[in-house]
Amino acid sequence: MTETRNSQRKSVILLVSLALGMFGFAYALVPLYEVFCEVTGFNGKTSSRAADPANIPDARLASSDREVTIQFLAHVANGMPWEFRPTEHQLRVRLGEINTTHYYARNRAAQAVTGQAVPSVSPGYAAKYLHKVECFCFTQQHLEAGEEQEMPVRFYLDAELPEEVHTLSLSYTLFKVPDRVPQRVPDRVAVR
Amino acid sequence: MVAHAEDVVPPRPALLAFAARWLLTTNHKEIGTLYLWLSFTLFFIAGAMAMVIRLELFQPGIQFAQPLFYNQMLTMHGLLMVFGVVMPGFVGLANWQIPLMIGAPDMALPRLNNFSFWILPFAFTLLISSLFMEGGAPNFGWTFYAPLSTTYGPPSTDFFILGVHMMGISSVLGAINIIVTIFNLRAPGMTLMQMPLFVWTWLITAFLLIMVMPVLAGVVTMMLTDRHFGTSFFSAAGGGDPVMFQHIFWFFGHPEVYILILPGFGIASQIIPTFARKKLFGYNSMVYATVAIAVLSFVVWGHHMFTTGMPLFGELFFMYATMLIAVPTGVKVFNWVATMWRGSMTFETPMLFAIGFVILFTIGGFSGLMLALVPADFQYHDTFFVVAHFHYVLYPGAIFGTMAAVYYWLPKWTGHMYDERLGKLHFWVAVVAVNLTFFPMHFSGLAGMPRRVVDYSLQFADFNMVSSIGAGLLGLTQVLFLYIVIKTIRGGPKASARVWDGAEGLEWTVPSPAPLHTFETPPQFPPVMDRDVDEGTPIRNE
Repeated sequence: MTETRNSQRKSVILLVSLALGMFGFAYALVPLYEVFCEVTGFNGKTSSRAADPANIPDARLASSDREVTIQFLAHVANGMPWEFRPTEHQLRVRLGEINTTHYYARNRAAQAVTGQAVPSVSPGYAAKYLHKVECFCFTQQHLEAGEEQEMPVRFYLDAELPEEVHTLSLSYTLFKVPDRVPQRVPDRVAVR
Repeated sequence: MVAHAEDVVPPRPALLAFAARWLLTTNHKEIGTLYLWLSFTLFFIAGAMAMVIRLELFQPGIQFAQPLFYNQMLTMHGLLMVFGVVMPGFVGLANWQIPLMIGAPDMALPRLNNFSFWILPFAFTLLISSLFMEGGAPNFGWTFYAPLSTTYGPPSTDFFILGVHMMGISSVLGAINIIVTIFNLRAPGMTLMQMPLFVWTWLITAFLLIMVMPVLAGVVTMMLTDRHFGTSFFSAAGGGDPVMFQHIFWFFGHPEVYILILPGFGIASQIIPTFARKKLFGYNSMVYATVAIAVLSFVVWGHHMFTTGMPLFGELFFMYATMLIAVPTGVKVFNWVATMWRGSMTFETPMLFAIGFVILFTIGGFSGLMLALVPADFQYHDTFFVVAHFHYVLYPGAIFGTMAAVYYWLPKWTGHMYDERLGKLHFWVAVVAVNLTFFPMHFSGLAGMPRRVVDYSLQFADFNMVSSIGAGLLGLTQVLFLYIVIKTIRGGPKASARVWDGAEGLEWTVPSPAPLHTFETPPQFPPVMDRDVDEGTPIRNE
């Protein structure tokens, strides 16, 4: 009987830890999902960290003569009172070269609003070849009522971008950060 | 049904004694009964909601239910049917039958068993009470996709979240209990590969429950913190991703649909050999197929999300993985058919329901294969075709399975034979009504009728009218079923210990009705079967 009781206790402990482990696993799925999308570029998700131009291997920077077109798109999510658009709609860029473009934003609301831009690249598999050195999407943007600003994006395209890609689009959707979300200190990028 | 034999506590007022008996019981049979009645009660409540849905869809236009109320109805219908009817129904059957089938005196953890049951009435009271709250009940579909349930969910969503947490805890505790019972309390000599298939399928279901219910708990917790505590798991504005909700939800959700069907597979595997009077064909392959289905169920969740903009590689992976599940499922269907092949079959009510299960579930399986095809799924996604598919696997699968089990074991539980004539009537009306209700949905769905919308275009009117008529009929069969069950409990021809002349297994060696305490000393295994049986007709008293 005590033997049964011991083996029962062992099974119960194992099973309870399995259940708790799976609860933890649900939370672990969140970073796993991020990592998975970042590594594979699925979902057109670009890296949320700035690429350091000093770290770029020479081979990738060695400019090929290949040029591709990159288009810039801007969307404003529901309830976001900002005007938001790219200053240039497309650029012809050489692979490996660092380029700069700007997005324009103006807060049309009567009060200060914080926004967060979420990037997406199409075609999705090209996302991992687009490296951003500087981007307004890395931080939240804060605009006072009526304030406007130009926000830079500095990026380069990896020389290993697959052959068949001739045109990429980089799209930003601008979301309003709800007031109840603790706001980080606006880490405004100085324009010019 | 039988009073406590060794009740030594001082007598209490009748009502108090009644309440105490059911509130405090640790007996697996009584808890099984409680689970089954809870499931049956919620079946009527969730069924009434289905009636509201079908009434509204009887004609195009908005007649009875405003869109918001309609959405609440379909959300609550789905949630209650999945979590309140099918799951507790199967747990009730497990409670009654697993100890009887493996020769155990009770569940391994009887108090935990009591606790896991008594969480449930509170969980469902919370969930159902949200209907009467300001802003109404949850209205975002049983899949509660973010941001519908986070940003746009009604205030009652928090009650829903708490309810889901509670029933999740109940399921996990119940599953732990079942696994510990099966591993530790089998009759001496019964190896794992000699267990009845109902026990096997439940063992695997219990593992699925332990692995995915915590994931569900995790996802609703993330919703809760997104709603109130400033996190942004599913909000793109804060760096989260609403599509991630679908990934985590379906990581739970797909194994969940096998939780809803595997015990049904076990039931069919018990009943068909009994009435074909043959051993189950391919016992080992049945076990392996069940394990294979359970393992595969963890790698197919993406097939619910083909239209989310998933990359081609992902779509191909999930498509092939999904179609792979058809192989072990096919093994099962062929085994059931092979069991019947050249058997001396008789068609008592449990057998009719089991055969109906095999045929209609297979139809649902085929429409599942159609949905697994990525190019085709873009057309079917979120249409009534999907509704037709999952009702074909759930109604004839889970519900027919449960009903077959109830007819099969009711004589053992109550000691009375049910009314065979009424049982057959129940089956034939139900099988016609199920097809009348759900078959036209295939056509309206293929033609493009979206699901979860209160109104529809005129060209779908005829199909919907047929569906609604079928649904009304199907609703009536439940009343008949309730009548049959109550009639059997109250009386009827006395059932012998073995009940069915082809029945094999330990549960048929105890008298009918099964006494409150059975197998206090471990039984002999394999059992010597009693030849004294009746065949649905009153024969003699033992």
